[in-house]
Amino acid sequence: MVSDAQTVPQPLPPEAVQLMTPQGAPPSALNEASERFLPYLQRLNTEAAQNIYRTMVTTRRVDQEATALQRQGQLVLWVPSSGQEGAQAGALAALAPQDWIFPTYREHAMALGRGVTPRELLLLFRGAAHSGWNAQDYRVHPYTLVLAAQALHATGYAWGVGLDQCDWTSQQRAENGEVVLACFGDGASSEGDIHESMVFAASYDAPVVFFCQNNHWAISVPFEVQSRVPIARRAAGYGFDGVTVDGNDPLATYAVTAWAAEQARSGTGPVLVEAHTYRMGAHTTADDPTKYRGRDEEQSWSALDPITRMRSYLTAQDLGDDAFFSAVDEEAEDLAAQTRQAVVSMTAETIPALDDVFAHAYAEPHPLVEAERAWHHTWEAGFAETEGENR
Amino acid sequence: MSTEKLTIAKAITAGLADELRADDKTMLLGEDIGSLGGVYRVTEGLKAEFGAQRVVDSPLAESGIIGTSIGLAMRGYRPVAEIQFDGFVFPGFNQITTQLAKMRARTAGTRQVPVTIRIPYGGGIGSVEHHSESPEALFAHTAGLRILTPSSAHDAYWLTRKGIQSQDPVIIFEPKRRYWLKGEVDRENPGAADNPFIAQVVRRGTDATVVAWGPLVPVALAAAETAAAEGRQLEVIDLRSLSPIDFDALETSLRKTGRMVVAHEAPTFGGLGGEISARLTERAFLALEAPILRVGGFHLPYPPSRVEEQYLPDLDKILDAVDRLFTY
Repeated sequence: MVSDAQTVPQPLPPEAVQLMTPQGAPPSALNEASERFLPYLQRLNTEAAQNIYRTMVTTRRVDQEATALQRQGQLVLWVPSSGQEGAQAGALAALAPQDWIFPTYREHAMALGRGVTPRELLLLFRGAAHSGWNAQDYRVHPYTLVLAAQALHATGYAWGVGLDQCDWTSQQRAENGEVVLACFGDGASSEGDIHESMVFAASYDAPVVFFCQNNHWAISVPFEVQSRVPIARRAAGYGFDGVTVDGNDPLATYAVTAWAAEQARSGTGPVLVEAHTYRMGAHTTADDPTKYRGRDEEQSWSALDPITRMRSYLTAQDLGDDAFFSAVDEEAEDLAAQTRQAVVSMTAETIPALDDVFAHAYAEPHPLVEAERAWHHTWEAGFAETEGENR
Repeated sequence: MSTEKLTIAKAITAGLADELRADDKTMLLGEDIGSLGGVYRVTEGLKAEFGAQRVVDSPLAESGIIGTSIGLAMRGYRPVAEIQFDGFVFPGFNQITTQLAKMRARTAGTRQVPVTIRIPYGGGIGSVEHHSESPEALFAHTAGLRILTPSSAHDAYWLTRKGIQSQDPVIIFEPKRRYWLKGEVDRENPGAADNPFIAQVVRRGTDATVVAWGPLVPVALAAAETAAAEGRQLEVIDLRSLSPIDFDALETSLRKTGRMVVAHEAPTFGGLGGEISARLTERAFLALEAPILRVGGFHLPYPPSRVEEQYLPDLDKILDAVDRLFTY
């Protein structure tokens, strides 16, 4: 029997759902709030559990590589996700293939887990594209850098899903209904767009799962400045359910998100999940967390590292042996090598030209854009002629 | 040719209704647009005909209206959002400028967001603060948007329809003080409105060109009437599209008259008049008999309505500018 102090470390709120001890001990309802989510774990088969682990490990390795690439001047910026892989991989595992993800800019485990390649992911951070992937291909919307703006896009999209499926039976909904996962952070929870998206989603029973990764720091501003209460409690004010979960417990995050997606899919409207997690590194590579937070806080959260916990769980449950863990590590190394190769090999040919921006600004012909594009062509051609003369 | 006489407001209603009929993915959303029919009754009767799912009384939240419209458009819907008044668009400014305008370029052309935003704008209705502004230049400055503003009932009908049909995001600034202006509307033949992005010469003249749009077109026409009585033939151009701007039509007129006044309600400083003046100076410098002059609002917050008549460009201010054109 583990004591409360161990099962629910501060500053996890007492109502946080937790199914795995900080040491990764096998799932059980560790507090009253967790009880009703245990049955959802039965849907997580061995392959899915292993996949959560794989997504976490490979994402962290890509994250390390990208940080190094930024330090070497190969990326203009990087947004580390270390520490948040458990929340992301757990939630992702709970979604159906037809579901949509509307991320912020830190959902690397969700994007990579859905199949977005490291190259596609890093085009944004290389300064080569605003979104390196086609949203439709992975059902992952482009990263959004303006805080909380995507929560409204997710809500509008889900509103449309609801309109499309208004004549569906409950069975059709359960089998094929689409759910939209709207990601945001604790910092973004202060933005008006989060409030407005929750109002609209509730008004039109939009099948949205609002998924807040509370990583406790909005750059240098602590969560305590953002909110007096856990974010999940705000849901009551909008008239829907909100649940707080230990985001560094991938099993609990899976179970809670599976429940939330089931609710949203049924057509009864939105649900809010607040995953308490911790951004182990900087907000971005432009940030220096040593200036605003203490080492002991970082160390206390390191003890809850979702990768370590999931590995302990898989080992204890006989779901992963040494061969499996080695294979995952190898896969992560391969992906890191691919990441580096993809970034350093980006050349003028692989990076989109300014001409493409001209091409995509408008869907229909626009005389000003066409005139400026023609001028730019002439301007560029002038340099080509000069270079020819110099040769 | 079958035409009917409609006010601008009712012409817009007819345009919205015909688009709702033509495409069941088209939907309207905004504050009070359903049962009430909008504060100007422009959407009157539409909820009754098309239902609450397609004519949606939204929560009172402009960012929410625009932001969810973007999501609906991604899902394949064609949302037409109403912002109740010009001065209330700003809570939605972020969604319009950082999201709606840029979504297509950001996604390398893979995401269309054919959202239409209707904004009643301009002064002259004796209203209170934030109900009389002309923020068109703030949006025209942002690439990715198209901006239309009708000045006649026929154009109001067709610009509404064409705006909704566009694959690009379109803002339609509706000249609210002209909502009750009547005109012939041909619902079958758009005529020149078939391309809403070209300017219209609404009065022919040879001595000077007056460029105006939306609420000021009737003022410019009245100025031309007065000038004609005094022996000066003014050409009046209704710009209709503020993004893109039909510089070709303006250049043609300027080369003919050699003189130009641009009149708009928005403050002169940083307004579209400056852009028009600069570009036409580049394009037709040697054709100019005088600098292009601007007549606009002062660099002031829109004043209390008891003094708005002093603030707004009127017939006298336009004619004064025309007179000045002939002193160079």
